[in-house]
Amino acid sequence: MGSTSCQGWSNRPMTLFSSLRQLADALGRGDCTSLELTAAALDRARRLDEALNCFITLDEERAMAAAKAADRRLQGGSAGPLTGIPLAHKDLFCIEGWLTTCASKMLATFTAPYTATAIARLQSAGSVTLGKLNMDEFAMGSSTETSHFGPTANPWALQRTPGGSSGGSAACVAAGITAAATGTDTGGSIRQPASFCGVTGLKPTYGRVSRYGMIAFASSLDQGGVFARDVEDAALLLSVMAGFDPRDSTSSTHRDPWLESVPESGVGRLASGSLTIGLADEFFSEINEGEQRIDEARRALEALGIRCRGVSLPHIRAAMPAYYVIAGAEASTNLSRYDGVRFGHRCEQPASLTDLYERSRSEGFGAEVKRRILTGTYALSAGYFDAYYLKAQKIRRLVAGDFAAAFGEVDLLLAPTTPGTAFRRGQLTDNPTAMYQQDVCTIPVNLAGLPSISLPCGPHEGLPVGVQLIARHFDERRLLQAGAAFQQATNWHEARPPLEGAP
Amino acid sequence: MNADWEAVIGLEIHVQLATQSKIFSAAANQFGAPPNSLACPVDLGLPGVLPVLNEAAVRMAVKFGLAIGAEVCERSGFDRKNYFYPDLPKGYQISQLAAPIVGPGRLEVPLDDGAAIDVRIVRAHLEEDAGKSIHDAYAGQTGVDLNRAGTPLLEVVSAPDLHTPEQASACFRQLHSLVRYLGICDGDLSQGSMRCDANVSVRPQGQEALGERTEIKNINSFRFVEKAIRFEIDRQTDRLEAGLPVLRETRLYDAAKDETRPMRGKEFSDDYRYFPDPDLLPVVIDEAFIEAVRTELPELPGARRRRFREEFGLSDYDASWLTREPEVADYFEAATGADGSDAKRIANWVMGELTAKLHRGGLSIDASPVTAGALGRLTARINDQTLSSKTAKIVFDTLWAGAADVDEIIKAQGLRQMQDSAELTALIKDIVAGHPQQAEQFRAGRDKLLGFFVGRVMKATGGKANPRRVNELLKEALGKQE
Repeated sequence: MGSTSCQGWSNRPMTLFSSLRQLADALGRGDCTSLELTAAALDRARRLDEALNCFITLDEERAMAAAKAADRRLQGGSAGPLTGIPLAHKDLFCIEGWLTTCASKMLATFTAPYTATAIARLQSAGSVTLGKLNMDEFAMGSSTETSHFGPTANPWALQRTPGGSSGGSAACVAAGITAAATGTDTGGSIRQPASFCGVTGLKPTYGRVSRYGMIAFASSLDQGGVFARDVEDAALLLSVMAGFDPRDSTSSTHRDPWLESVPESGVGRLASGSLTIGLADEFFSEINEGEQRIDEARRALEALGIRCRGVSLPHIRAAMPAYYVIAGAEASTNLSRYDGVRFGHRCEQPASLTDLYERSRSEGFGAEVKRRILTGTYALSAGYFDAYYLKAQKIRRLVAGDFAAAFGEVDLLLAPTTPGTAFRRGQLTDNPTAMYQQDVCTIPVNLAGLPSISLPCGPHEGLPVGVQLIARHFDERRLLQAGAAFQQATNWHEARPPLEGAP
Repeated sequence: MNADWEAVIGLEIHVQLATQSKIFSAAANQFGAPPNSLACPVDLGLPGVLPVLNEAAVRMAVKFGLAIGAEVCERSGFDRKNYFYPDLPKGYQISQLAAPIVGPGRLEVPLDDGAAIDVRIVRAHLEEDAGKSIHDAYAGQTGVDLNRAGTPLLEVVSAPDLHTPEQASACFRQLHSLVRYLGICDGDLSQGSMRCDANVSVRPQGQEALGERTEIKNINSFRFVEKAIRFEIDRQTDRLEAGLPVLRETRLYDAAKDETRPMRGKEFSDDYRYFPDPDLLPVVIDEAFIEAVRTELPELPGARRRRFREEFGLSDYDASWLTREPEVADYFEAATGADGSDAKRIANWVMGELTAKLHRGGLSIDASPVTAGALGRLTARINDQTLSSKTAKIVFDTLWAGAADVDEIIKAQGLRQMQDSAELTALIKDIVAGHPQQAEQFRAGRDKLLGFFVGRVMKATGGKANPRRVNELLKEALGKQE
């Protein structure tokens, strides 16, 4: 082991701004060990987390033990594509033996007895689990302010939110603590925080990544994905996490040889000359800030030879109310299991069964979760079911139909990820509908189950702006090739937040 | 029941399917294990787990559908039925409301008088069972055992085509018989393998409109179905005759007090907020699957009953009794295969002595020490007059005690009946000669004294003489003039 160069790593925590491929190369060459890399990540996490609060759990002992095992694998020549690389995971992925809280008081002491499929795959590929990341409680929110463990700060401006619900993941990667992190996206929970924190955020096609072990918010919308430095890294992680899981009936049996080849060959070159990107007014009319950056991103893509044209998605205006009905309805029953009987928060001295239910749930859930459970319960109630739930499902079909029609004319869609840049903490907490508005450009994509990626496209008044690409079902190939081409032509994804300790 | 009123009864029968694993998880589907030892993360409803449908449960449901001539739905789906209860881990039960796997069919229900009624089956759907709440094991606390959580259930819903407690019980019994034949349920009522809910209403004779109904939940025996419904019909009739309304409610049957009473309001909810379960895909069944299952169908109870009647000349009652349980019918048929056997005699032995002995010994017919072949041979020896009914019983008891071969028992115990042997004639002659007074009185008309002589002969032969033959020979020897 070249201990001199390894020493160099620990002294330069900025190298955690390297990509996964760079880290894998360094580990493979023996320029550093996983122990050193992991120690450096832990060190940076501890130093920054007081300001950021992006971790709910950091487990030095487990992380170092995993790093040690990874080093043995590296020495033994049986390394996987991620062997020895520290990653952090949104705290709604169950990992055996780890506290898995969903950022809720309800699960504040819940230790998972099994590991989510997506995480198990990342671990078998050799990655080291550094810790569990903060989020909005049960992934309900767009600012990581509903967490029972306090809000996460945006590394670009500590008084601003990192977005949500996977705000801890976005902040962790943006702050250079880990090169990548997992997240989940039900209505924008990967793409919106990726946009706010200036990192690359990928939400795969619904069914691409197993939901087994991913604590459910809204089952028909939830999809696991990743935050990374760039598109190539996101693709690498997806190739590891994706694939049919017999434990998840909704995971797709679709096989994708291209995706399987990513660890060896990367995403490959985009056949840009034959590609058409569509732009829908319905998205662009939502922009408040950063329009110029989105426009520049479009021009950068056109410069690569991609044609752009207008398309229409007439029904996506109704997507948001439909989403809140469907997501609320599913959440209201997904969260019924938190009843204080078998695990999770239980009230003191229940006087009766009803008292046990009422107080355990009243005490264990935060306000936003309660709001969603109540609206969802209402939408499913006798007499309201047709007017709300069934109607929302009809809108969902219309939205999916709009996308299908658009994809008859174009290969990808380009849209702003969010209406504006990161807002201040507390700015929207008393205004739920304004908060919900954050996801106006991302929600329609979830309703249709499409893959989408948010790419950093430059700052607006010092804060990152994200541009969103959307593809057909299971066409992550074009999505990621176009994203990688964009990142080859621009360097916005390399921008780092002006954090203390970072040059 | 009062002849002015007519009862209308529909049944909902929960059939636990005998799959290896549970309906949505890989945990074993077994009864009797230590509490909570057969509950995996999916059954416990842990955060993040997902249900995966067990194909074996689908296959069994399809088998049932084909057996009742129902349409098997090409595309069915699962819904969530939401309510809170400690033995319901997820806070919802996965069931099929909107699109059940089995559509309308028919069940032919034989009644005790030999008649049969046709009961329409409205639907049958798959769902998961809940766990068990144990209220009496811990003072002031309730225990929850989740071993049963996730056990596959087929809920069979009948139309309100039944009108007496006996018909309802016969319907439950016939369904029990059918699922046992199909091999989709072990049928063990004592372990809750089949549970019956009865919807009961009463209306004036001749009235078309149904009266208000009550639902009696969770009845677990044929007898209790009959008794619970009888109680409920009487209760409703009494109310109606007193001018009181019947309240729509859910009731429980208390076997100890032989009465039904309303369940507490909080034990069930009115609004289950059913909606399609987003964790499960629609169940799509193609023609090839259905045809493959069809080839696995055995001869069904109705067909076997008719065949027994015709092939063996059995009465409706006997045919229906013998075909109720597949093992009993198999035993009977195997016994008829013995050379010279007598089907009617076999039927009598099986329904009488054998069943009584099995019952006393707590044995199933599969474990009977008397094999079907031995019973068949036994009847052959009765038919050829080697055995009398008395000696046959001795042979049967010897078989029961562990011996295997009928003819060897007869030989070893010297049970062969004396037929026409000179020995018997000589013996009778001696006995008549030895009792001249009685012989004189008999000849003088005291017919009863024949019994005296028969007794002497039987005693002298150790019971081996054929009684009919002894009668004939005695009459000859006594020279009674007609």
